[in-house]
Amino acid sequence: MILLLTRILSKVALALMVGLLAGCQGGVLDPKGQVGIEEKQLIIVATLLMLLVVIPVIFMTLYFAWKYREGRDEIYEPKWSHSTKIETIVWIIPIIIVIILGVITWKSTHALDPYKPLKSDKDHINVQVVSMNWKWLFIYPDLGIASVNELRFPANVPVAFQISSEGTMNSFFIPQLGSQIYSMAGMVTKLHLIANEPGTFKGISANYSGPGFTNMKFDAIAMETEADFDAWVEGVKAGSHNVINNGVLNQVSYDKLAEYDADPHHKHVATPVQYYNSIEPGIFTDNVMKFMKDHGQVELLKGTSFEPKMIHDGSNHGEMNHGEMNHGEMNHEASEHSSHEMHMEADK
Amino acid sequence: MSILGKLSLDAIPLHEPILIATFCGVALGGLILAFLLIKYNLLGTLWKNWITSVDHKRLGVMYIVLALVMLLRGFADAVMMRLQLALSTNGGDGYLPPHHYDQVFTAHGVIMIIFMAMPFMIGLMNIVLPLQIGARDVAFPFLNNLSFWLTAGGAILVNISLFVGEFAKTGWVAYPPLAGLEFSPDVGVDYYIWALQISGIGTTLTAVNFLATVFKMRAPGMKLMDMPIFTWTCTWANILIAASFPILTVTLALLTLDRYLDFHFFTNDGGGNSMMYINLFWAWGHPEVYILVLPAFGIFSEVVSTFTGKRLFGHKSMIWASGAISILGFIVWLHHFFTMGSSANVNAFFGMATMVIAVPTGVKLFNWLFTMYRGRLRVTVPVLWTLGFMVTFTIGGMTGVLLAVPGADYVLHNSLFLIAHFHNTIIGGAVFGYLAGFVFWFPKVMGFKLNEKLGKAAFWCWLVGFFLAFMPLYVLGFLGMTRRLNHTDNPDWNIWLYIALVGAFVIMAGIISQLLQLYVSFRDRKDNLDTTGDPWNAHTLEWATSSPPQSYNFAVIPTVSDIDAFTDMKEKGEAYVRKDSYAPIHMPKNTASGILISGCVTVMGFALIWHIWWLAALGLFGSFVFLVIRAYTKDVDYYVQPDEIARTENAYLDSVAKG
Repeated sequence: MILLLTRILSKVALALMVGLLAGCQGGVLDPKGQVGIEEKQLIIVATLLMLLVVIPVIFMTLYFAWKYREGRDEIYEPKWSHSTKIETIVWIIPIIIVIILGVITWKSTHALDPYKPLKSDKDHINVQVVSMNWKWLFIYPDLGIASVNELRFPANVPVAFQISSEGTMNSFFIPQLGSQIYSMAGMVTKLHLIANEPGTFKGISANYSGPGFTNMKFDAIAMETEADFDAWVEGVKAGSHNVINNGVLNQVSYDKLAEYDADPHHKHVATPVQYYNSIEPGIFTDNVMKFMKDHGQVELLKGTSFEPKMIHDGSNHGEMNHGEMNHGEMNHEASEHSSHEMHMEADK
Repeated sequence: MSILGKLSLDAIPLHEPILIATFCGVALGGLILAFLLIKYNLLGTLWKNWITSVDHKRLGVMYIVLALVMLLRGFADAVMMRLQLALSTNGGDGYLPPHHYDQVFTAHGVIMIIFMAMPFMIGLMNIVLPLQIGARDVAFPFLNNLSFWLTAGGAILVNISLFVGEFAKTGWVAYPPLAGLEFSPDVGVDYYIWALQISGIGTTLTAVNFLATVFKMRAPGMKLMDMPIFTWTCTWANILIAASFPILTVTLALLTLDRYLDFHFFTNDGGGNSMMYINLFWAWGHPEVYILVLPAFGIFSEVVSTFTGKRLFGHKSMIWASGAISILGFIVWLHHFFTMGSSANVNAFFGMATMVIAVPTGVKLFNWLFTMYRGRLRVTVPVLWTLGFMVTFTIGGMTGVLLAVPGADYVLHNSLFLIAHFHNTIIGGAVFGYLAGFVFWFPKVMGFKLNEKLGKAAFWCWLVGFFLAFMPLYVLGFLGMTRRLNHTDNPDWNIWLYIALVGAFVIMAGIISQLLQLYVSFRDRKDNLDTTGDPWNAHTLEWATSSPPQSYNFAVIPTVSDIDAFTDMKEKGEAYVRKDSYAPIHMPKNTASGILISGCVTVMGFALIWHIWWLAALGLFGSFVFLVIRAYTKDVDYYVQPDEIARTENAYLDSVAKG
C-alpha cells in the first residue's frame, strides 16, 4: 500500500518534470525579458531550498509508517512523547530555511519592484494602459498615438507602463516578460518591463472581470530594432497600416471605445486591433481623474464653494505623464491629491 | 414596483436545460424522501429528535449531513468546470456560456468553503469537543441549534439561486467594482451577500458558544494545557472565527449599503475605493483558511496517536504551534494581492510573515512523524487519510511558500498554479482531515464501524484523483494559464486540461465509494457494532461513553488527571465502573425556536434579494417575535432521573462486559 503510494508519487513527479520541460514554450518558465528571467531564477532557487525539507519529510513519513507498522517487532514506547533535543531540531531546521528564504525575499522583492525603473542605457518608452470591458487600450503619450489590443515596442528598450482601468479591476500581464499588476479605476499603478529579444508574446488580463474576460487578450510585439518601431509609429500616424483606424483619441472616441455589451447572455467576442493616429493630450489622466470629479456631486458638499472643475484643472498632466510618481505614496497619489483639495474647499 | 419586487416568472431559468434537469432531479429526490418519511412515519421523529434538538451530537450529525449534501453540489460544479475546459480547447465554446460558467465557479468556491468545509468542521467539533472535555453539552445549547439553522438558511438561499434568478458571477471573492451595482445589477451578488451574511452570523455564534464551553465546562482536573489536541485546535479556530468573522459581516454590510442604498464605500466614483474591500475581505479570508485547517490538524493528531497506540509527541509544542499559526494568520492577508501595487517594503514584509507560518506548520509535521516513531501503527482508513495528507500537504505547503515570495507571485498570481496550491492545502489538508475524522468518529456517533474495504477504495481514488486533477494545474500555471477562463486556444495546454478532467472523474469514483460505503455499512451494521464505545482503543474522553453516547454524555462527570484522560482511566482501572446510585442530570429541552427564528431570517434574506420590502419587514419582525418568545420561555430544561440513568448505564456496561 505504502509502496503503491510511493509509486504514484514518483509517477506524478515524473509527469510534473516532463510538464516543466514541455513548459519551455510560452509560459513563465520561458521568459524573454530580464524581469521574467530573474523571476524564473527566483522560483527555481526558492523551490530547491524548500525541497531540502520537503523531500526528507515525505521520505520520513513513508519510512516511519512502514517501519513502525503493527506486526513488525520494532521498539515500542507508548509513553515516549517528549524530547527536548528533537523538539529543538524540528523548530530550528524550518527557522533556518525560512531565514534564508526571508533574506532572498527581502532582496528580490526590492530588486523586482514593479515600480522601479529598469536600468538600461536606452531611454524608456512610456505607455499608458487602460483596461476596459473587455479590451486593452494602449496610449503612447510621447508619440501621440494609441492602439487597442496590440502593444508594440522595440526589443531591448525598457517600457514604463502606467496602468489604470475604465471600470472593473483587471491585471495587466505578459507572462513571458514577467510581473503583472492590477489595473484599477481612478488609480494609476506602474510596471516596468523589457523584452530581451524580439517576438510576439501573449498578453492577458489575469484578473477575472466579467463575461468577456476570457477574450481580453492582446499581442505584445517586441520589434527587432528601434527603427522598425519608429516606422510602425509613423505608419500609425499616417494610417497606412492595414488596421482599423479610428482617427483621433479624444473623450468622444474614448467613450465610444469604452462602450460594451452588458447583456450577460450575449456572446462576447474579442475586440479587433485598432489604431488611433493622434491623441488628445492628457486623455489618460483625464479619465483617471474623472472618477475623482464625482466628489463634487456628493450631497454634503452642495452649497459650498467647491467646484469639481478645480480638481480637474488643478491636476498636473505633465507630472502624471513622466511616470516618476513618489513611490512611497503607492498608487493613488491622484486620489489623495484631489481629496486634499476637496477637504480644503469643504472646510471654508 | 410590483408586490413581488424584482421577482417575476422571468427569474425561472426555463431556457437552461441543465438547470431544469437539475431541478427535476432535486424535486424528485425531495418527493421520494418525503414519501419515505411519511411511509415509515418518521416525520415526527425528524421534528422531535433532530430539527428541534439542542443535543450537540445530533446537531453535529445535521451539520455533517448538510456538508455532504453541499459537497455533492459543489463537486458537481467542479466536474462541470473541468468538463467545460476540456471541451472548449482550441478556441471552441464548450457547453457552458460565460453567463452560466461564471456562476458555476463562483458557486463552487462559496459552497465548498462556506457550506461544505465549514459545516463539516463545525459538525465534527460539535460531536467531539464537548465529549473530549467531559461536558454534558455546550455552554448554550439553544444557541447551538440556532447557529445550525442559520448556516442551513444560508445554504438554502444558495440553492434557491439555482432555480430562482441566478447566483453571483463574480468569483467567490466578489471583488468590487465588479460586484457593485454598476457591473452586477442582477440578483446574483445579493444572493451571495445574504447567504454569507446569514450563515456567517451562525458561525460567529458557534465560536462564541464553543469558546464559552471550553473555558467554563471542562471536567474537573482538566487544565487548559491538558485539553486534547483536537479540542485545542478547534479552540484556536474558534478564536480566529470570533476575531475574523465580524470583519466579513461588516465588509458584506458595507457592500450591501453600496448596492441597496447607493453608498460609495467600494465604488469607482463618489470617493469609493475597491482596495478597501479587498483588504477587508482577506483580513477575514486568510484567517478563514486556518479556521478550516487547524481542526483538521487536530484530527490527524488524534488519529496518529490513537493508531500508533502512543501518546502524541510534543503535545505542548502542538498547542503553541497552532497558536502561532492562528496569530500569524492575521498578519499575512496582503499576500493575496501583492500585485495591487504596494511598495517593496510592504510586499516583502507580508511575504516574510507568510513564510514564518511554515515554521510552526513544519513543527507539526515533525511531531506527527515522531509520534509514529517507536509506535505500533495500525494502517486503518483514518491512518491512510493521515499519511496521504502528510505527503500531499507538504507539497501544498511548499508551493504556498513559493507564492509567498512576491517576486514569484508576480508571475504566478491568479494563475492555475495558485488554484493548484490552495486545492492542495484545502483538499490535502482540511478535507482529508475531515474525512479521516468522519471514519474515525463514525462508530462513536452511529454505533457501528464503516466498511474498511470501501473506505480504502475511497481513499485511493481521492488521493490518485487529487494528484491527477491538480498536478496538471501547477503545470498550466507555469504555462501562463490564468484562472476563471471560459475557453482556451493554446494547444500546449490541452493535454493537461484533459488529465485534470480524468482526475475529477477519479475523485468522483472516490465519492461514489464513500456513498456505497455508507450504504453497505448501514446494511451490515449488525456485524460491525461498536459495543464497548471504544472501538479503536483510543485515548480521550469521547471514547469513555457508549456509542452512540447517552444524551447526557456522562452519567458521572469524570475527573481528569492526564492528557490522555481515558487511557489513564483504563490503566488505573477506573473505566467502565458501575455505580450504585446516580444523581439526577440537568439537561436542556429541545426547542423549535432555532428553526423558527432562522426561517424568518432566511425569508427576510430572500425578500431582500428580490426587493420585496414588505416580506423582508415581516421576516425581520417574525424573527424578533420568536426571539422574544424564546427569551421569555421558562420551561427550557428538565432532569434525567436516576433510575433512567441507572438503566441506561447498566445496559451500556453489560454490553461492554460482553465485548
